[in-house]
Amino acid sequence: MTREADAIVVGGGIHGLSAALHLARMGRRVIVLERRYAGRHSSGINAGGVRTLGRYLPEVALSLLSMAMWRSIVDLVGDDCGFHAHGFIRVAESDDDMEKLERRRAETRAMGFEHEELIERDELRRLCRTIAPHCAGGLIARDNGAADPYRTTAAFKRAAVSAGAEVIEGEGVIGIDREGERWRVRGARGSWLAPSVVNCAGAWAGEIAAMVGDVVEVGIRPSMMIVTERLPHFLDPVIGTVARKLSFKQTPEGTVLVGGGQRGIVNRSTEEARVDAANLARSAEAAIAIFPAMRGVRIARSWCGIEAQMADGMPVIGPSPRAPGVVHAFGFSGHGFQLGPIVGRAVAELVTSGSTALPIQELRVERTFR
Amino acid sequence: MNDDCDLLVVGGGPAGLAAATEAAALGIATVLVDEQATPGGQIYRAVERARAPSIERALGASYQEGAALVARFRESKCDYRPGHKVWQIDPDGRVFVSDGERASVIAARQVIVAIGALERPVPIPGWTLPGVMSIGAAQVLLKASGLVPREDVWIAGSGPLVWLFAAQLAAVGARPAGVLDTAPPGARWAALRHFAGAWTGREWLKRGLAYRQQVFGAGIPVITGVEAVEAMGDGRIAHVRYRVAGSWRDAAAAGLLLHEGVIPNVHMAMSCGVAHEWDARQGCLRARRDAFGRTNIERIAIAGDCAGILGAEAAALQGRVAAFGAARALGRLDEAAARGRARPLHDALSRQESFRGFLDTLFPPHPTLLAPSDDVVICRCESVTAGTIRAAVRTGSLGANQVKAFTRCGMGPCQGRTCGTVLMATIAQARGVSPADVEPIRVRPPLKPITLGELASLAQSEVDG
Amino acid sequence: MFRRLDETGAAVTVYVEGEAVTVRAGDTAAAAALLAGLGHTRLSPVDGSPRAPYCMIGTCFECLLVIDGVGSRQGCLVEVREGMRIERQKGARVVP
Repeated sequence: MTREADAIVVGGGIHGLSAALHLARMGRRVIVLERRYAGRHSSGINAGGVRTLGRYLPEVALSLLSMAMWRSIVDLVGDDCGFHAHGFIRVAESDDDMEKLERRRAETRAMGFEHEELIERDELRRLCRTIAPHCAGGLIARDNGAADPYRTTAAFKRAAVSAGAEVIEGEGVIGIDREGERWRVRGARGSWLAPSVVNCAGAWAGEIAAMVGDVVEVGIRPSMMIVTERLPHFLDPVIGTVARKLSFKQTPEGTVLVGGGQRGIVNRSTEEARVDAANLARSAEAAIAIFPAMRGVRIARSWCGIEAQMADGMPVIGPSPRAPGVVHAFGFSGHGFQLGPIVGRAVAELVTSGSTALPIQELRVERTFR
Repeated sequence: MNDDCDLLVVGGGPAGLAAATEAAALGIATVLVDEQATPGGQIYRAVERARAPSIERALGASYQEGAALVARFRESKCDYRPGHKVWQIDPDGRVFVSDGERASVIAARQVIVAIGALERPVPIPGWTLPGVMSIGAAQVLLKASGLVPREDVWIAGSGPLVWLFAAQLAAVGARPAGVLDTAPPGARWAALRHFAGAWTGREWLKRGLAYRQQVFGAGIPVITGVEAVEAMGDGRIAHVRYRVAGSWRDAAAAGLLLHEGVIPNVHMAMSCGVAHEWDARQGCLRARRDAFGRTNIERIAIAGDCAGILGAEAAALQGRVAAFGAARALGRLDEAAARGRARPLHDALSRQESFRGFLDTLFPPHPTLLAPSDDVVICRCESVTAGTIRAAVRTGSLGANQVKAFTRCGMGPCQGRTCGTVLMATIAQARGVSPADVEPIRVRPPLKPITLGELASLAQSEVDG
Repeated sequence: MFRRLDETGAAVTVYVEGEAVTVRAGDTAAAAALLAGLGHTRLSPVDGSPRAPYCMIGTCFECLLVIDGVGSRQGCLVEVREGMRIERQKGARVVP
């Protein structure tokens, strides 16, 4: 069974679905091929942080543009996605930490970005009453926040389908071959023909890239997360720290999400991921260090998810230099959720006109080639 | 702190006790971990407790078998750790436990999971009202505390436990308001077709009929052919409504005890990656295991009701067989010796299994128990109704994990233990497929809700070595 | 809903919602709460609905109670001790 389209998107995470949404709204016929179901991996299991704070410098401009889209996410996808914005703070626990934040602030200011602000102890305490007394201050982006990752991904899928995109789940791509001016993308149950292919295959994007002749090494980030029982509301901003692997936030339901990048155990070929209890214990330790009252709080569940990790920590966004009509958007290394909206726009522009004015120059795939 | 053993048994019921006792007798360094404070699991709950002779008699001879089993366990060299919960098991046999204050890890070469069964959830309208409990709960209160339901408490359901419990109450002179028998009238005749099973289980059949006689003899009202039951009340149950031959009746009720069979507690084995499949006859998941309880995970075996419901006697047999399997895996018994010791137990087990088929036909789960009407709560923890589940399926969530992510069903403290089977069956019904085609909930650690402090203490003990 | 048929076992005094209740050694905190006649033993943090123990074997988590000041404890897994304080968990867990 062959079907034809203007663009085939490989991967049904937030980036692939965002690309499909934007392409469909531009009147293009787009098909998304998702091996499992939309949001099965990174897009469904991440911490839901929506931040411009602390980004790698080459990502900052893009992230700021994406933030504007988040502010009107209801208009974009017809769902508020559980997005709330009460600030994202990187907490300093010592004078050394504060110095690091001051240097960071100077860096971003020098590039003309004003979104990150230094705060002292008093302001930190005003924003998070129950934070540990030793916390000395922080760096805050006041309009940042968090959303519900699975709900957001599902909203992008719904909106893409409403706009005319076709999302096919349970269909993994097993081969991509050139056929005249188009690509034939083969799955187990059929194949599809299109002049454009978008690679949003997450942790498996390296395999897809290889199918079109781009050799890119994509590592795995086995991110773990803890969700606690429901607690009365006590925290508005999202908290990270300078010195520890910790991300800490309270959801609208009252549960607390503790993440931050402690590594679990992943089997990439079986797509199984499991918790490493010893590493997870370090996450718990970090949470208690910053919010001592958390010691007695019960864990509802924890998990490990499979995310992509690039060697330089930054995503790959841009056209393939060699494979005509192929656009890459992968490798978000644990901080791609917030970029979902803007990446879709960038990809759609690249697919339809071959170029984009959006600031992705430093993120192109060529930088990963030896 | 180096804590390791040859064999770690999880669960202090008949299967776990029998496995641990047998393994210890073979000289295997065995640890038994159980979250309860005293041994016996649920079926032999509080079996070591001193109690009034009338209650002792009412609990019956099979309960006393449990006392002997526990006594043999106590005399064994097994390292017994009550009041400890297991919260994670790694495929390499590392078992993470907690005593409520500190977490620690036990490195086991072999693990036997024997955590038993739980009551099939009975999602009827009003089942989350205070005062609605399972019959199993009432049995725990009888065994551990000598409590009986008052005269304004109703019993409703079908299955052997209904008659056993009602007869126990009759024997101690307690008189519940009545028994609403929900067994479909045709079932008894269909069951007789399974004659071979019935013949080998004739002892049980005699007992079952005797229980019914005791209940009638005590003057406890029994209403048969009950088609539906609902609990009504504001903040607590005050009435029970029930339908017989198409018309509804109402009775005052200060409590309602429900029972519609027992299903394996698959939670722990599933978290370990043990393969399970949907048992269409019993409407629940069953683990895939071999004759020694071995699974697709090399170091993890399962025994007893958590692998498939066969009852206490069979659980003890399976426990001993699993011990032989573990001994073989540890190189303490060779293949022939393990098979030889297991043979008589396997023979006894196949008689139990054959009878089980008969029981399953006699007491099949009612379809509305597996896929209730829209307004009924399926997930008690998060108050998610069947209607919300069906709406999620309509918008494209096809498996239990997607439905969970979308509706929060299964995200509460019980992590899908109570709602899991009903969730799968309701999704299946909404999709028009068998529950066998519905991806089950991925069970995540911790298996019991330890605190962040307990988890963090693991980091400290790893540092201490 | 339940009455004591068997007074075997040492008497233990616990405090349920501040009121002294005499129970017996071997009872669980959940059983004590039931015996004290509490209509409901917790309020759901999701919708505020009143709940009470359902399974008594540690799988349903309806018996979450505040025991000796510590919340979210499964009352059916905790045996009573002299002077134990047992209180309803009303809504979400409160940590000091």
